Amino acid sequence: MTSVMARRPEPDRLAYWQAVDSGRLLLMAAAAMLVTASFASTAVILNSRSKPVIDWHTALAFGGLVAFGELLRLALPGGREAAPIAMVGAMSYALLLLPVLGGPARPQLPAVLVVAVCAVGMMVGAMPHIAAGRPAGVTGMCTRLVAVAGVAFIFRSVLSGFVLTKPWQLQAAVMAVLIFFGWLIDTVVAALIRADDVGARFAVALVDEIRLQWQLGLAVGASVIITVFSVKAMGLPVLIAFIGPLLVTQVAFRRYAGIRATYLQTVRSLARVTEVAGYVEAGHSRRVSRLAVAIGRGLGMAEPELLALEYGALMHDIGQLSLRDPIPGGATVLVSPADQERIAELGADVIGQAGVLDEVAQLVRCQAWPARGHDPAPPLGSKIIRAANAFDDMVGSSTDRDRSIAAIDRMRLDPVRYDVDVVTVLSEVASRRVASRL
Amino acid sequence: MTSGQLGVSRQLAGTQRAARITPAAWVYIGLVVVAAAVLVARTPVLGRTHAGNPWRDLVVLQTLFLICDSAGGPLTFRQTRWSPSWAATLAAVVLLGPAAAAFVGAMSLLSVRREPRLGERLFNGAMHALSGLAAGSAYLAINHSVGVPHYHYISRTLLAFAAAAVVHVAANHGMIWVINRLNGASALARADAGESSLVLLLASDLGYASLGLVIASLWMIMDWFAAVIVLVPLFVARWAIAQFAEEQRAYTATMNALCQAVETKDYYTRGHGDRVSRGSIMIARKIGMSSARTEAIRFAGMLHDVGKLGVPTQVLQKTGPLTEDEFAAIQLHPMRGLEIVREIGFLFEALNGIMHHHERIDGRGYPMGLAGHEIPEFARVIAVADAFDSMTSTRSYREAKSIDQGVAELRRGAGTQFDPVIVEAFIAAVAQQGWELPGPTTAPSDLAMVTVQDHDDPTAPLQVVIP
Repeated sequence: MTSVMARRPEPDRLAYWQAVDSGRLLLMAAAAMLVTASFASTAVILNSRSKPVIDWHTALAFGGLVAFGELLRLALPGGREAAPIAMVGAMSYALLLLPVLGGPARPQLPAVLVVAVCAVGMMVGAMPHIAAGRPAGVTGMCTRLVAVAGVAFIFRSVLSGFVLTKPWQLQAAVMAVLIFFGWLIDTVVAALIRADDVGARFAVALVDEIRLQWQLGLAVGASVIITVFSVKAMGLPVLIAFIGPLLVTQVAFRRYAGIRATYLQTVRSLARVTEVAGYVEAGHSRRVSRLAVAIGRGLGMAEPELLALEYGALMHDIGQLSLRDPIPGGATVLVSPADQERIAELGADVIGQAGVLDEVAQLVRCQAWPARGHDPAPPLGSKIIRAANAFDDMVGSSTDRDRSIAAIDRMRLDPVRYDVDVVTVLSEVASRRVASRL
Repeated sequence: MTSGQLGVSRQLAGTQRAARITPAAWVYIGLVVVAAAVLVARTPVLGRTHAGNPWRDLVVLQTLFLICDSAGGPLTFRQTRWSPSWAATLAAVVLLGPAAAAFVGAMSLLSVRREPRLGERLFNGAMHALSGLAAGSAYLAINHSVGVPHYHYISRTLLAFAAAAVVHVAANHGMIWVINRLNGASALARADAGESSLVLLLASDLGYASLGLVIASLWMIMDWFAAVIVLVPLFVARWAIAQFAEEQRAYTATMNALCQAVETKDYYTRGHGDRVSRGSIMIARKIGMSSARTEAIRFAGMLHDVGKLGVPTQVLQKTGPLTEDEFAAIQLHPMRGLEIVREIGFLFEALNGIMHHHERIDGRGYPMGLAGHEIPEFARVIAVADAFDSMTSTRSYREAKSIDQGVAELRRGAGTQFDPVIVEAFIAAVAQQGWELPGPTTAPSDLAMVTVQDHDDPTAPLQVVIP
């Protein structure tokens, strides 16, 4: 997803933004405390006089699986990152039914040990990323660690003794509930961070997160149950057999995310043909799309809608390619309404050719319709594109505050053409943009 | 398509071509079916198992196989294949023995697929039965017993299972290879599953295979529910693959639409990008490019002229000789193209292909004046397809040339303008698969724009005023 243009807040809203920004800090602090506490208590347990029996082979196997999973992180659509294999390793370790075949007969696995082993595994797995100059993905790791810790503390300290003698159906059901709980922690924290990052509403971000993560969550959940029970049945060697299918699933997701990214890059690049051909000013489509996405987010649009909006905004001028001569300066805001509608119609035809972007074509078609008084009413996305386009035609890449205010005032005076709500959010986004360039 | 099966309907240059079954292949199918029937009949169905309820287990595994096999459908594409159905066969190998594995594999006969054809069904059923039988025998030979694996013999069981998986893969791919040979599967179909992807294919097959062992070990605790729970991650993987395929279709369609939009600027060059793309793919397959590179050259071919948009219309439409400045503007179009597509996550090679598609082997091309093998391979491929399509299309100043004339012109330019190896590969590919000429062109209406000189046309070089 496009990064929103302005992260830096307006001066008068600084306190609010600082408060939200500390969400990420809070998460990291919580994770750091968890790690410290778990290391410390593990050390205390190990040195206690009762000499607890720890199954180090198992710890090594699952810690290794976590490290392996962190190494093979998965990029999901929208710049998200997941580590399904690491999650399977960590959750399975948290929910392990003891003793493991071939290990000590009465081993102890306190929750703090689970957290400590997973933390070490994550750090080891993150090393190669850091060495290769990629982002370490600290936020993701912290989120996962908090989720695993939540599950581990409930299961290891309360439930593991209780379920051990029960039939497998009950054990599996308890695990399923706990895995769901862990997934929920993961998703809610991810949504909080994301809402903070891109400036979306939390409820919208949560729904987006759930929509994008539930399939992977389901696969991880089933895999955890499979892992726990097959390790119970066959001991640790069976982990080797289970890595294969996990990898295949991961490859499938990777390809899916990869093609989505390429798709977006392609549309972004090809939308620039109008600029290269001299129909519009350089950078116009990119600026309009960023502005449109920021407005859409401010109005609470969900991610699929935002994607269509972004495509529509990128390609909103593509109809000009059918014009014999470029419009002077490319500013469609200056041509007659009839011509604007014709250009929009031509553009929608081009996009409609693809047969898969009908929604986008519709957005482009309706962008020339007035916001009020047109029957049928144009979709919200079209109104946003219209306003963003007009704003950019008037302001361009300039960050001059007066120019931006003048443009918005002019649009405010024309509530028939420009939707009032859209212009309100536009002015917020624009003032944030100006602030960020000061 | 599940792990190596007949009934290959591969995507070839946009057209679905289904495999036809030749008489020799029918004989072979008959042999496989008879062999499967005889060998399975000689093996006791559940002779050596210790399972409590073996018949029910067999039915569960058969159902699992059928679900995976039917859900597989048409999802075969480069390197990633949905091929988990034979995990059920391998679970049967471990739990119930060779003959039961054969019966599980034989369920392929009943698979619910889009195009049920008797020959394919018979072959797939018999092939999977034989593969299951072979894998089961290998497992039994090493492990000496079947049934839920015991922890104490885990290393022996792992070894036996690995052997069974390898035997299954070998038997499966071997039989497929023979029938493809007998069917005279075109060189294209074989090139499509090129060497490089074969390794990945086998790896993904073995990845799914190990699931068989997981099912077998879960069986001890969860009984038949083991078969249900392993379906969950599998179906999520399938969902992701289906999404991938759908996105890819959407991507290609969008790309086509945008390229067409670019081409609306010029009446006569409509469809040029698409045809050059197809020509480049034909050459790429002929010279044995890997499937990933072939995919990249498809897009490079489609987008090679996108930079023409940066050339002012009056230059493109000018009737008289061009001034030096105007010629320079045309010579710049590959660079403009690069500028537009640079940010797409393409292979570096595709960008090279777009940038250098007007270089000449003798070094007199543009924009860089590279010569011989300094010119990237992609660019040499695109150059040939580009020139050929230009010559065999109608232009405002001449009629289209025939394919034979175009071939002759390519031969004439080989060694000076074109790479002779690529030219010969293209000519051979056209002789084999034909070449789709652009549709008949009616006179353009007044509104359409017309290129008066075609920079791609090697037979009519651009006229430049020499001051």
